[in-house]
Amino acid sequence: MSQNFIAIDGFNFYYGQSKCLKNITLGIAPKEVTSIIGPSGCGKSTLLRCFNRMNDLIPNTRIEGTIHIDGQNIYTPDVDVVDLRRKVGMVFQRPNPFPKSIFENVAYGLRINGVKNKEFIAEKIEQGLINAGLWNEVKDRLHENALRLSGGQQQRLCVARALAIEPEVVLMDEPASALDPIATAKLEELIVELKKKYTIVIVTHNMQQAARISDITVFLMQGELIERGKTSEIFTRPTKKITEEYITGRFG
Amino acid sequence: MKSYKKAQTKFLEQVVGFGFLRLCMLIILGILSVIFFDIISKSWGVITWEFLTQSPRNGMAEGGILPTIVGTVLITIITAIFSVPLGMGCAIYLNEYAGTGKLTRLIRISIRNLSGVPSIVYGLFGVALFVEAMHFGTCILSAGLTLGLMTLPWTITASEEALKGVPMSYREGSLALGATQWQSIRTNVLPYAIPGMLTGTILGLARAAGETAPILFTGAAFALPGLPKSLFDQFMAMPYHLYIMSTQHHAIEIVRPIAYGTALVLILVVFLMNLSAIVLRYHLRKSRQE
Repeated sequence: MSQNFIAIDGFNFYYGQSKCLKNITLGIAPKEVTSIIGPSGCGKSTLLRCFNRMNDLIPNTRIEGTIHIDGQNIYTPDVDVVDLRRKVGMVFQRPNPFPKSIFENVAYGLRINGVKNKEFIAEKIEQGLINAGLWNEVKDRLHENALRLSGGQQQRLCVARALAIEPEVVLMDEPASALDPIATAKLEELIVELKKKYTIVIVTHNMQQAARISDITVFLMQGELIERGKTSEIFTRPTKKITEEYITGRFG
Repeated sequence: MKSYKKAQTKFLEQVVGFGFLRLCMLIILGILSVIFFDIISKSWGVITWEFLTQSPRNGMAEGGILPTIVGTVLITIITAIFSVPLGMGCAIYLNEYAGTGKLTRLIRISIRNLSGVPSIVYGLFGVALFVEAMHFGTCILSAGLTLGLMTLPWTITASEEALKGVPMSYREGSLALGATQWQSIRTNVLPYAIPGMLTGTILGLARAAGETAPILFTGAAFALPGLPKSLFDQFMAMPYHLYIMSTQHHAIEIVRPIAYGTALVLILVVFLMNLSAIVLRYHLRKSRQE
């Protein structure tokens, strides 16, 4: 387990009375892209949102088991959720830029973490936008409202925003589901590029996308982990019949 | 032939439907115009510079209504100072922190119910609490605070609605970047909720400014020789003055124009407050969109 950056062990998640994640044990390697696939409602987004404890915001939820990130159990009471979320960034399903300027969107994470140095902020913003592949498109209009960007640009802005505070993990919850094919292709290129520096976990509905960009694929169904393996193997010779049925489109 | 008839019926239904809705609107417009026309026509000659800047004379049968304007403005300011921060704070707590438990629901229902409590009951409560128990006496402070209590449920409800209008994704987005809940609220929720919160609040204040019952026992005076000098003085107020001039005065027929004049000024003051709410909201929204 030592080479795993994220280690999930015997993890259960309850929403009210219903058990959404059942005894998940899974390791996620550093600086790789891991994609989580599975039919709607299988718990893949729920699992992703456990890694930065976004599910804490939903009332009536409860967990069992452990998740270690970088060796630390993130569900012990002494963990500062705020610190955790600085380390584990997230990009949401729908692009959610704040109705502020492009500049202020990327600066947001730095500002709330108390960074005041203007040159430092400007530098980080440029880096973040370059890393997100957006710099050339927006460098001349950094002070325009971010809501004027196209959907694909907005989503890459959200990536830049997450990268600006230099997280170690980037979680992506169906980041391309609201984008057109060209914007999706750009985002996918970006994700592959990002794994040089970050550990990436992506939830996706799109089988081809998982096949194209991820090193490891995890298949969830009805809250259970069915199979985990190298993407090349999962998509060519899955060990379980049900995995094969899902990825060949027989259900889901 | 059959389908043609059907289309005609549908068209007729639409005409009748729109016609009915238009009628509703026209009736309301009609009622409002009659009220306005009545008040304006009967008070037109009365509104002069002297009317607005002088005190009543000769047993309130002559002179102006300055003390009542000053009184209404002062108690409205006290009301605002008391209820705006308290109401907004309470709304932020309820909507952002309190969760969705049974207790929160109970509190919310109670607040909604409080907004339906008759204003005279607030007046009585104000006497018991501010005038008697807290020994403020009948004065501007007691009346302002009583009106403040009455406005709180409106302020809280309006502010909560404004907060609910801010998309959840703004909160999630900032929390996911490592913001504390308070940072997220302060930087990414309040800026977008404030225009709506202020509008609701000012509308509540405008309503409070026109109330008579809550100030009746808590500080409003029949007639006073001069303007109030401190918050612990009694005061005259426009709604109460209007009540006196139209029912309690010894020469009601003679002072009728003064009553109408007071009514018009009161309407104008309330209208100005509502207008400022609209203007304020417009500017805040515009500045947000850059």
